[in-house]
Amino acid sequence: MFKILKKEEWSPSVFAMEIEAPRVAKKAKAGQFIVLRVDEEGERIPLTIADFNRETGAVLIVFQVIGASTMKLAALNVGDSIVDFVGPLGQPSEIEKFGTVVVVGGGIGVAPTYPIARAMKEAGNKVIAIMGAKTKDILIMEKEMKAVTDEVVVTTDDGSYGMKGFVTNAVQALVDRGEKIDQITAIGPVIMMKSVADATRDLGIRTIVSLNPIMVDGTGMCGGCRVQVGDETKFACVDGPEFDGHLVDFKGLMSRQRMYRDLESQEKDHVCNIGLDR
Amino acid sequence: MALSLEKHKMPVQDPKVRAHNFDEVALGYDEETAVAEAERCLHCKVPQCRKGCPVSIDIPTFIGHIKERKFDEAIKTIKESNGLPAVCGRVCPQENQCEKMCILAKKGESVAIGRLERFVADRAMEQGEEIKPVEYSEDAQKVAVIGAGPSGLSCAGDLAKKGYKVTIFEALHKAGGVLSYGIPEFRLPKEKVVAKEIENIEKLGVKIELDSVAGRLFTVDELMEEEGFDAVFLGTGAGLPHFQGIPGESLNGVYSANEFLTRCNLMKAYRFPEYATPIKVGKNVAVVGGGNVAMDAARTALRLGAEHVYIVYRRSEAELPARKEEVEHAKEEGIDFQLLTNPVEVLGNEDGWVKGLRCIRMELGEPDASGRRRPVPVEGSEFDLPMDTVIIAIGTGPNPIIAQTTPGLETSKRGNIVADEESCATSKPGVFAGGDIVTGAATVILAMGAGRKAAAAIDEYLKEKRSK
Repeated sequence: MFKILKKEEWSPSVFAMEIEAPRVAKKAKAGQFIVLRVDEEGERIPLTIADFNRETGAVLIVFQVIGASTMKLAALNVGDSIVDFVGPLGQPSEIEKFGTVVVVGGGIGVAPTYPIARAMKEAGNKVIAIMGAKTKDILIMEKEMKAVTDEVVVTTDDGSYGMKGFVTNAVQALVDRGEKIDQITAIGPVIMMKSVADATRDLGIRTIVSLNPIMVDGTGMCGGCRVQVGDETKFACVDGPEFDGHLVDFKGLMSRQRMYRDLESQEKDHVCNIGLDR
Repeated sequence: MALSLEKHKMPVQDPKVRAHNFDEVALGYDEETAVAEAERCLHCKVPQCRKGCPVSIDIPTFIGHIKERKFDEAIKTIKESNGLPAVCGRVCPQENQCEKMCILAKKGESVAIGRLERFVADRAMEQGEEIKPVEYSEDAQKVAVIGAGPSGLSCAGDLAKKGYKVTIFEALHKAGGVLSYGIPEFRLPKEKVVAKEIENIEKLGVKIELDSVAGRLFTVDELMEEEGFDAVFLGTGAGLPHFQGIPGESLNGVYSANEFLTRCNLMKAYRFPEYATPIKVGKNVAVVGGGNVAMDAARTALRLGAEHVYIVYRRSEAELPARKEEVEHAKEEGIDFQLLTNPVEVLGNEDGWVKGLRCIRMELGEPDASGRRRPVPVEGSEFDLPMDTVIIAIGTGPNPIIAQTTPGLETSKRGNIVADEESCATSKPGVFAGGDIVTGAATVILAMGAGRKAAAAIDEYLKEKRSK
């Protein structure tokens, strides 16, 4: 069992939880993910690691309530436990001194860019973070990100905070002001990662994306997370989760994400008799 | 009394009924049938059956005990060589092993050794076995076993009995390996059989740590250098699914057999939404491949509500690698065998979902490296089958995580760990390996045999280490 040490509601339906998993915390590196299961009937949920503390043994996860399983997770409180917490899984981010590195996070995708930004900074890079949100109220981790980067650029779709527009506009603005970008890491909704990769292709900027496709075990066994990268089929769980954004087949990825959508909504529409949905 | 040339029939669930439930298909012998079947054994002077068993169970002796209704003695005899008899009695390919060697098989049917093994094991479980924990000496040496599948479990059980402190590290949230995630409930009940067998091994004093992905949470070197393990056994299996490499394999509705079976067996998707993991099965389902895994996937799809389930296999019936009994059961349940047929493309609709499977007919040509006649496509014989779900069951390869994170561990071109056939020793001192990770995907019993051999070799290695 893995205890919940801390729980915060960062915006409606977005939760941050610190889970007590000292062995995972000891080994976790930026870019890796975990798989958790809430209870015995639960499904295995993959989540990218948002932070880890080797001293306290805590691993931070950030998730959005999108189905029955995340709803169950969100209903738990500090002191409660979940049955499984497996990791660290996947290949860590490639961290070295590239020069100027931009991390782009969209929505809750900001969370996994945080340890990458920090590691990139520690490796001696100039780090700029672009953080996108639909509106000001749902922007997360701004303070944390400011502490580990040289510059933070916020974009909101509605212009309620920072620059009005999308993260791609912010990337373009950096290029326009003459910033020489050596690498971009973009994490967020598939459509956002695709837009960033499309924008940087012509600019010739190396762009890494982190994929979170449907998977079961997270260790290479099911192949459900297969994704076309260039002319190769890769398993996101063992070959990734990070790939060259200019080679990823985003269209195929988006289609595969829809595999269980009808069942998810059916499950979500189910009225919970024990009040978990309230 | 005239000797019957036929085995006593195994009582089974009616095919029409069982095709719609997940309860066990084969119901098992009762006491009278078991004793009568045991009486068919001729007790040959030089019993051949035992030579056919990868773990060398003393078959004539245990059958002799059944004849005399000394069932407790029978299970004792089996357990001397086999830690998982209720599993092996169900899933071993006996017709290619012990039963193939039985003298009766020359004239008619062999003694039903597997069914008798199952009877004895089930009876022992029902009555509650008393298993004494091993008493460990204070300075007992420690062994780490990676993977709680058949090879790891049997290696761990043997080592514990020899007085070593064993910890098994398992990546999934449940022990058992393929017994838990792969073989379906209707062939191998999880709570009644698998969980009990694993419990029995834990009762010996073996510790099982779940959710522990070796190579990620710790490396093999760390286990030996920092965590004080004196030897390591790698039994990580053949977990990485192969795909055919044909167009359309990424469409929605295409599963690897591993994913399909894991969702259903390990995650219990057949009980969705009580269990949260979903699974999708349409009206028409094709399973590509002809092994036991393909039969399991096809019969699972049927039970999940598919109307028409095909096995698409590129060779002929004679080459089907699945156990004969599984093929028969599948046919009885109405699985449609499209033999000498190979898929060339999965056809999709505009939304990215499977809508059909384009196949080509095959014929058998000259024998290939495996000695089987090589299937060659019949030109111009392509045809399309309407399909909603396609399950690829053409085999699995080794998981690369351990090899990637263990310097000094030699692997083959295919990524299998290289280990000595007899001692299971790898190129890295103190590290042993066995089962599918070494041989490529094979059977439960062969993996268990390797686990036992490794346990004996580790015992020798550790004795020598201590005396130095």
